[in-house]
Amino acid sequence: MNIRAQVSSVFHLDKCIGCHTCSIACKNLWTDRKGAEYMWWNNVETKPGTGYPTQWEDQEKYQGGWVKQGEQLQLRIGGRWGTLGKIFHNPSMPTMDDYYEPFTFRYGDLTSAPAGDDQPTARPVSMVTGKPMKIEAGPNWDDDLSGSNIYAANDPGVVKLSAEEQQQLFAIEKMVMFHMPRICNHCLNAGCVASCPSGAIYKRGEDGIVLINQDKCRGWRMCVSACPYKKTYYGWSTGKSEKCILCYPRQEAGEAPACFHSCVGRIRYLGVLLYDADQIESVAQRDDKDLPAAQREMILDPFDPQVIADAKKSGVADQVIEAAQRSPVYKFVKEWGIALPLHPEFRTLPMLFYVPPLLPVMSMNNQGKQKLADDFFATLEEARLPMQYLASLFAGGNEEEVKAVYRKLIAVRIQRRSVTVGDLPAEEVSKACTVAQLDTEAIDAIYRMTTLTRIKERIVVPPMLREQAIEAGMDPEEHKQEMGFGKRISPKRRW
Amino acid sequence: MTDMILFGVFPYVAVALMVGVGIYRYCIDRYSWSSQSSQFLESRVLFWGSIPWHYAILLILMAHFLAFLVPSGWAVVVGSPLRLYLLEVTGLALGISTLIAVVLLISRRIGNARVSAVTTVVDWLVLLALLLQVATGVYIAFTLRWGSVWYMHTATPWLWSLLKLDPQVHYLAALPAVVKLHVFNAFLIAALFPFSRLVHVVSVPLTYLSRPYQVVVWYRQRRVR
Repeated sequence: MNIRAQVSSVFHLDKCIGCHTCSIACKNLWTDRKGAEYMWWNNVETKPGTGYPTQWEDQEKYQGGWVKQGEQLQLRIGGRWGTLGKIFHNPSMPTMDDYYEPFTFRYGDLTSAPAGDDQPTARPVSMVTGKPMKIEAGPNWDDDLSGSNIYAANDPGVVKLSAEEQQQLFAIEKMVMFHMPRICNHCLNAGCVASCPSGAIYKRGEDGIVLINQDKCRGWRMCVSACPYKKTYYGWSTGKSEKCILCYPRQEAGEAPACFHSCVGRIRYLGVLLYDADQIESVAQRDDKDLPAAQREMILDPFDPQVIADAKKSGVADQVIEAAQRSPVYKFVKEWGIALPLHPEFRTLPMLFYVPPLLPVMSMNNQGKQKLADDFFATLEEARLPMQYLASLFAGGNEEEVKAVYRKLIAVRIQRRSVTVGDLPAEEVSKACTVAQLDTEAIDAIYRMTTLTRIKERIVVPPMLREQAIEAGMDPEEHKQEMGFGKRISPKRRW
Repeated sequence: MTDMILFGVFPYVAVALMVGVGIYRYCIDRYSWSSQSSQFLESRVLFWGSIPWHYAILLILMAHFLAFLVPSGWAVVVGSPLRLYLLEVTGLALGISTLIAVVLLISRRIGNARVSAVTTVVDWLVLLALLLQVATGVYIAFTLRWGSVWYMHTATPWLWSLLKLDPQVHYLAALPAVVKLHVFNAFLIAALFPFSRLVHVVSVPLTYLSRPYQVVVWYRQRRVR
């Protein structure tokens, strides 16, 4: 056993209102500078939709993640020689047009324009060239299903559905969508780490945060291709790649990451998971449909005395084990089993889990009257978003995984309705619990964690033991709008 | 006298700059050490420029270094007329590839607004020096044939004399001006190396072939397992 700790997260999609506050908090803190304007370490996508960068889930196009080659895993962009062979030009690397050309407006013209007959306007200008430009895309161009006949219809998950299902999805008055915030998954079997020719990307042993060493990065950009989530970004001005750092400077000061802290819907949960690092390779090779379960299996029970002993032997600090016991992520993922990884079939073992949105038809329109459906579980199959679509997002195509989660979420609702409204027969409540395989205690705990908990329970930042770390004590605000964290001199090109 | 300055002194200055400033930059400003790729801003023309450029220039440079470092082996290679002919034809073809490639790369830096926005003065100096180098190279290969042979009797002994700190510029004295320009420009590029994006040339990531896929860095010493 080689037990490691991993700072992991759960995003509860039912609670996400799509306000983008997380994105802005992150942008203000980390990527508000030249070459990084287009980097959205945190972004919020509308699903169905093509996401950011456009169609990032389409690995035929971008060649991200891993593929099974017989008994071995290989990066989709190629083996080691294949990866090096693409160093002079990487055909599967996204270009700026797959994201958008960053822009600003000439606000100064509004006040400095000479007097005239017409109203002065603030023309959009490119932040790359400084020249006037036509804005043709942005980081949330298809927000809230705008342009859905172009964008949502080309969602790689939607394209796989049958024509009938697609039609249902976009039928007027039945249109359905949900918001999906995305940050770096800080994967256990990270594609970016594996692909870096310079070996500049690494996982921190103590907390599992994946970082790019800016001094070692040579700008070969293989990480941009190999990350199937497209969460490493190439700084077009600095010639270095950058990614989400899970606000490790904030976490080291005991604070929640900025996107977690600012979340209006309180959808974000953070906590430590203990896992067996010796299992990474074997778990990443399981069949697509087994991946969510296999990933759950490698997460260890922090209350098990044997696990605690092994963790201590592997060098996990006592305080971190204690934090793992309070981890809400452990409860969501392992104890209750209602959070699933995003696209496990990319085989990077992402450590950000999602509670899928509850979008089945819970009430039917009966001649203008809303009526509770006769049987909740009959409606699961008639869910507004096809199970197949959700399974392709969160379970490697395994619909049973998604259905199991929904049964639990529905059981929680039925139980709460019987408590607060009291109009449901007792046998229906107990039937829902039995089918969902949840007891009343667990349901109460889920309800509590989803609705009532305060920040210290939702976000359990483990002690980062700064006093023992090498790099500590640098002020992240010191060089705001100038450079990334950890630099003492401006990243402006001097050579 | 001019020859002495250009071929007896300047090469030392260039190499001193290359090594000295190179090490200084690596130690003091490692963040700046990057290929400064612009593929993110423009990918299509880069494909036709970058790939032929890199593969062809690597092979051509390899030939130059082989003929300098192992002249005896090189003499065997060019010893047979057929091999010499094949070598010359291959070299010319590769040279023309680099010339077309560098022209494409330059046109892209002028023509594409995004790429031109990230192009610095030093980038231009490098590109123009490279253009001059491959243009004179192709011209020499075309007009002054069998360079793979006469290189061994001119450039090789001169380079060895430089290495022995006893510059014998007379080896180059009789060569046409275009060859002298080619030689001087080569060292000029070496001098530009530490001040430009050319530094990526020495960052050959060969360790990638043998390192484990996953890299884990511990800040603390792990307790004995």
